Amino acid sequence: MSDLRWIDTAIMSARPKAMAALLRYFGNLDTAEEAFQEACLRALRTWPEKGPPRDPAAWLIFVGRNFGVDQIRKTSRQTALPDEASLSNLDDRETDMAERLDNSHYRDDVLRLLFICCHPDLPATQQIALALRIVSGLTVKEIARAFLVSETAMEQRITRAKRIVASAGREFETPNAADRVERLGIVAAMLYLLFNEGYSATGGTAHIRAPLCAEAVRLTRLLLRLFPTEPEIMGLLALMLLQHARTPARLDANGEIVLLEDQDRTRWDRSLINEGLVLIDKAIRHVRPGAYQVQAALAAAHARAAKAGDTDWNEIDRLYGLLERINPSPVVTLNRSVAVSKTQGPQAALDMIETLEKPLNGYFHFHGVKGAYLMQLGKAEEAHVSFDRAIALANTPAEAAHIRQHIDRLQKSDTTADSLRKGA
Amino acid sequence: MQYAILCYDDEAVIEAWPEARLNEVIGKHQAATRPIAARGKLGPVLRLLPTSTAMTVRSGDKPTVIDGPFAETKEQLLGLWIVDADTHEEALALAQELAGHKDTGSMEVRPLLMFMDGKTSE
Repeated sequence: MSDLRWIDTAIMSARPKAMAALLRYFGNLDTAEEAFQEACLRALRTWPEKGPPRDPAAWLIFVGRNFGVDQIRKTSRQTALPDEASLSNLDDRETDMAERLDNSHYRDDVLRLLFICCHPDLPATQQIALALRIVSGLTVKEIARAFLVSETAMEQRITRAKRIVASAGREFETPNAADRVERLGIVAAMLYLLFNEGYSATGGTAHIRAPLCAEAVRLTRLLLRLFPTEPEIMGLLALMLLQHARTPARLDANGEIVLLEDQDRTRWDRSLINEGLVLIDKAIRHVRPGAYQVQAALAAAHARAAKAGDTDWNEIDRLYGLLERINPSPVVTLNRSVAVSKTQGPQAALDMIETLEKPLNGYFHFHGVKGAYLMQLGKAEEAHVSFDRAIALANTPAEAAHIRQHIDRLQKSDTTADSLRKGA
Repeated sequence: MQYAILCYDDEAVIEAWPEARLNEVIGKHQAATRPIAARGKLGPVLRLLPTSTAMTVRSGDKPTVIDGPFAETKEQLLGLWIVDADTHEEALALAQELAGHKDTGSMEVRPLLMFMDGKTSE
């Protein structure tokens, strides 16, 4: 078979585990990366001929570790030379090793590898860039493209990020249960940010940034496979899948966002939705609610409605109420008010957001939503004030255009009212 | 005699495939399936959702439900049921109903991504 693409995917899927184990052996990112690179080169030489090893990750770890140890010996001027014989008899030992390396061994390693990327001194986008480089194995060029910066700028960022991470120490101790939970939470947040980097992209850059979503999903799947009973990781994967499922309907021909209620739901990806729905059901059985699970349940409530009019707003109100308790924030309350406006009417929703005026005064959506409630209540003038404020705060031309449609409607209903009055 | 042909591969590797590659492989599977259907040799064809969605029901008087796919290498796949459940809970309840009469073994519950009855060639 001349098609050697299988090697690329075998290496790509083995990379997080192999890099993670090599990092544990060497306690140093550069050495681990170098060892992994060398193992990949040897894989490219030997796999086409011998076929894929039974466990590619174990093979790469074994070869990489031998290479790394030799390098360390050489640089420390000891006399021991690389032992090629140890590599030629690889198959037996590889089998042995594959049996010893199961999920529980990889679990802390992969978590550590992801966790060191989340160094608190690194800004979030650099944490993500570093994870894409060392965990996913994307090239600097690919990462630079996804972040819409030059390759040189990205190279510098990653080099700097690696230097900061190199000062890490405590991470290499075996984590206790509490550390593990903490690390998992931090890593989950980073993966969700990675997803959102891709998901929030609009306009001409949307298709360039879409691979970030796919990579976030892949890494989260890996994490869930290593921690198969963690409801928040199930929730996170469900959340990503349910949002990702809307991708084909989310942007219009110009790449601008189509609101959820206006999306053509027949274009949503059913298989991703089904997978997300099963995962959230699985997570809920644990009765250990968390923010990702609740957000996934919210996405699931929308996914279950065949058309916008079928949405179960009582359920959405209930879920936002739960989210307010887990993760209180003015934005959550603002979102909850939308559900309340559907179930109890615009006045109840308006009352609910009254106290948000101060914290959300500079927030586009606050004024857009408030204007919509006022418009529904027939308070055209006040609504106009809110809409004007929203337009001033709009982040994209599409957001502003959307609010202008409301204003147009406001003026139309004004003229209708006027003409009615005149007619009467 | 009817036979089941079970498809195995490394999920992590398939997840690393670009979408075009996945579609290409699925296309080849479908192309290989069609002539078998045309010869009247095809029964139901199923594709499963990823193992992350799997749950396992351990047999016994009170069958217990655990997360994750079935992973005990000392037991073998002996049979399967296809059931139609409205909810995930119902699917698990049906598996518990089936697992309740037996002291050993497990039932793995896997949602289906696709089901073709195999009676038509498309």
